[in-house]
Amino acid sequence: MKLVIEPGRTARNYWRDLWHYRELMYFLAWRDLAVRYKQTAIGVAWALIRPALTMAVFVVFRRFVGIPAGSVPDPILVLAAVLPWQFFAAALTDSSGSLIANTNLISKIYFPRLIVPGAAVVTALVDFVITLGMLAVLMAWYGFAPGWQLLALPVFVAITFGLSLGFGVFLAALNVEYRDFRYVVPFIVQFGLFISPIAFTTDQVPERWRSWYELNPMVGIIDGFRWSVLGGRTPLNLDAVTLSLAMTLFFLVLGVWYFRRVERRFADVI
Amino acid sequence: MSDAVIRVDHLGKCYRISHQRQQSYVALRDVITDRVRRLWRREPAGNRPSVEDFWALTDVSFEVKRGDVLGIIGRNGAGKSTLLKVLSRITEPTTGRVELDGNVASLLEVGTGFHPELTGRENIFLNGAILGMSRVEIARKFDEIVAFAEIETFLDTPVKRYSSGMYVRLAFAVAAHLEPDILIVDEVLAVGDAAFQEKCLATMKNVSRTQGRTVLFVSHNLGAIQSLCRSAILLERGGVALSGSVESVVAAYTHTSESRAVVDDLSRCARSGTGEARVMGIRFEDDAGVPRNYFRMGESFNVVVTANFPTPLQNPTFGVNILTDAGVLVADCRSSHYGLEFGRALGTIEYHMRIPSLALYPRTYVVEPWLADTGVLADIDWVRSAASFVVTAGPNFMSGANVNAHHGISFIPTSWSAESVP
Repeated sequence: MKLVIEPGRTARNYWRDLWHYRELMYFLAWRDLAVRYKQTAIGVAWALIRPALTMAVFVVFRRFVGIPAGSVPDPILVLAAVLPWQFFAAALTDSSGSLIANTNLISKIYFPRLIVPGAAVVTALVDFVITLGMLAVLMAWYGFAPGWQLLALPVFVAITFGLSLGFGVFLAALNVEYRDFRYVVPFIVQFGLFISPIAFTTDQVPERWRSWYELNPMVGIIDGFRWSVLGGRTPLNLDAVTLSLAMTLFFLVLGVWYFRRVERRFADVI
Repeated sequence: MSDAVIRVDHLGKCYRISHQRQQSYVALRDVITDRVRRLWRREPAGNRPSVEDFWALTDVSFEVKRGDVLGIIGRNGAGKSTLLKVLSRITEPTTGRVELDGNVASLLEVGTGFHPELTGRENIFLNGAILGMSRVEIARKFDEIVAFAEIETFLDTPVKRYSSGMYVRLAFAVAAHLEPDILIVDEVLAVGDAAFQEKCLATMKNVSRTQGRTVLFVSHNLGAIQSLCRSAILLERGGVALSGSVESVVAAYTHTSESRAVVDDLSRCARSGTGEARVMGIRFEDDAGVPRNYFRMGESFNVVVTANFPTPLQNPTFGVNILTDAGVLVADCRSSHYGLEFGRALGTIEYHMRIPSLALYPRTYVVEPWLADTGVLADIDWVRSAASFVVTAGPNFMSGANVNAHHGISFIPTSWSAESVP
């Protein structure tokens, strides 16, 4: 095996290296989880408390505003949206800051840098799977059975994964070069929480604004997620899902392209 | 066609250094406001914050054959670390080309990626994965690694509770069980106790001699370089000043460093402290006042430090730290240990420290001059790795007995007697 290092030469073996180092992604994700659950006294409970409290706040909000209860109990309806949203938010926050957080690795060891934001998204995925258990318990409590639509759940999880990875990788690369992007991410996350259909459903958005509203890629994802988990009791808007999928692919291509373009400078500027 | 496994061809690496920037990083906000302002005022390009190209490496070429161990020596800032970073693909070269035949593992730091909260067992897997080993491979070598590091009983203790020695042993043990064709090692022997350093050296010898692997080895420890390498290159100001047999390169290096008995430019040294006063220069002299940076064991030794006090300071403490080339503190010599007070310091002051008999074993020692405010116990200025001197075993010392660095650091005068017991 011959390796050539030259200026401007993007390593030809990049994708093969990425495959070779795939276990590193697993180990980095595992490290982040292990450390988090060792350091915090309440451990795994932490992954559950956040969505539970968010859900509670939005359920109370719905009562306050007087949104009429539908065929689905409010806590289930809201939690089914909080979970994919928090998966996206955590994955985006952690992956966009991941390169800075792993400066010591990047300046001392070679490996395909995509591993680092990738591991952050995997970490968020594990947390997400744990919280899915909470949703299952809640649904059992209400005696609420999902239908065949549940089979589509992995598709929506995969779209969320791809969207947060693409967007996160893009922001991570920008973050290395321009550190003020770390202020952008909390804003996106905070703002997104309000403009995504979490406390309400998309069909409550006035018709004439809806096509604009669906430009938020999380709309299609959250609607699809709800539809899948709630046995089709909320509508599935295939146009919105298609749009989300298209934007996911766009961000994946953009993110990976930009990341690869600036990656070789990381060690010099970080 | 030679059997070179590493071929470095006219390699260069340029860093852009900005002089005006206070912050250590770039903010997009500043980039935009800067561009807009320039657009508005149509400032000439010359008014930009001065950006300077700094060539950390220029036109470096060399070859290493399979199974060879190449030592890389040079002063701080000569480009050793940059070269290793380029060869380990951490950073990209600006010019030139490198060909590496075989898979490469680099060890630029001991314990990269160790997490203090995780246990020894967990860190072995994590660190192994970071260094490029697969899980199966680590599991297979796990027992060997643990035995090598001698940490069996602490396997399930978080490494934050490890002593620094244990930490280093564990980290090196993981790295020692990599099986690359080419191993790149930077200064890892600068840590750990002497016994462990010996063990590491033996492992690295073994790696090249019996397993036919190629090793690139950077160290300040000339003894380690000499015992491990057959050939060496000397880097100076980013270029290859000399390459050849290890003896000739080490000899040339110690020779050029002789001219450094007087160091009057410390601007490139790392330093810390309040900066109220500054150490400007340092020199080594014999008792006749002749500058020199090699001294025989038992000889008298003088350090002269020049410091500048722009504002008056009352009774500053003068100090000189002496360290081995591996970074072990030998002595923290300070005026306050003698209860000395030199009164008000203002302007340029030269302070002298004399060691009447140099009780140190032969090796290179690093000197760090410092000033401190005794009243508030704060460092005023502390210059790291300011200068170095070499202690040699003089023919007149100890009736010519062969003493060397392996005998320790500090020579303790002893008296002996032997009697036969009936």
